[in-house]
Amino acid sequence: MDQASPFAPTYRREIRAGLRDIAPVAVAAIPISLLFGAVATAKGLSPLEVTVMSALVFAGGAQFAAIETWIHPAPILTLAFATLLINARHVLMGASLSPKVEMSRVQRFLSFFFLTDEAWALSERRALDRPVTAAYWVAMGGVLWANWTFFSGLGAVLGSFLGDPERIGADFAFTALFIGLVAGFGRSRVTLVTVAASAGVAALVHHFIGAPWHVASGALAGIVAAYLAAPAEARP
Amino acid sequence: MSLDTTTLFAILAMAVVTYVTRIAGLFVADRLVLTGRAKAAFDAIPPAVLVAVIAPTALTTGWAEAVAAAITALAAFRLPLLGTVAVGVVSVVVLRNLI
Repeated sequence: MDQASPFAPTYRREIRAGLRDIAPVAVAAIPISLLFGAVATAKGLSPLEVTVMSALVFAGGAQFAAIETWIHPAPILTLAFATLLINARHVLMGASLSPKVEMSRVQRFLSFFFLTDEAWALSERRALDRPVTAAYWVAMGGVLWANWTFFSGLGAVLGSFLGDPERIGADFAFTALFIGLVAGFGRSRVTLVTVAASAGVAALVHHFIGAPWHVASGALAGIVAAYLAAPAEARP
Repeated sequence: MSLDTTTLFAILAMAVVTYVTRIAGLFVADRLVLTGRAKAAFDAIPPAVLVAVIAPTALTTGWAEAVAAAITALAAFRLPLLGTVAVGVVSVVVLRNLI
């Protein structure tokens, strides 16, 4: 839709849209980032190690899980395997988003470093109206990356001065954020069935088997439920 | 400021694995042409994954979290994202003190 317009104004407009969309997410992520840094320091990581991990890995769920089980010296293979399990959802997310982005192959390989649950959910929502451009995606992903890296490092420096995160409800910010993102997908019958199946199975698996298996099994249950709930004939 | 060698290798391993999961979707996407139920299932991936990640916290931690999650869900259809997060955090703090 923007092909005829000059490059620069479109570029700027896309960057602005990316910044506008990611701003509330970045703000909500600050307490989570501080919390991660503080918890990692308590496990014996230095502020530099925390910052390097956040900058290079940039995956909150996997980092929290790794820190939860952190010992010295670090068990490299175990951590890599846990990271693979927790981040396996990225494969589906990337496959789902890839046809909706307006980027060259090289741009995709570079910019998909910024693939996170939040940036992806916002892009899927934007993709309902228009293709996702590289400018939009990198503005959004870059802000979230800088935010996560800086504030987890700051959290590590502040460390134990932060006090109990549960007292101020900071541990719930992640949950509330995801509920807000899910609501963006609407209230159609198929979506409601998906959410119910995913929530039920994930909660049961987490209770009886444990993390991180609840993510894959809950997601799979939701996807199967959507398949069964949808009409059999092709939809527009 | 210290950077332990084993820790650095663990971080690098986590980073490489994570990046591979991020770009792996690019290889399968081109081969997917979906219609009907298959498309509905594929479109369901976003909400299904997001819900699965938070379901244990929202549903099985305790009554305070479960009720706060319900309040947050109601708020989510009326408020922008940051407002939704604020409602969620405030309600969980209040409920933890009440329940």
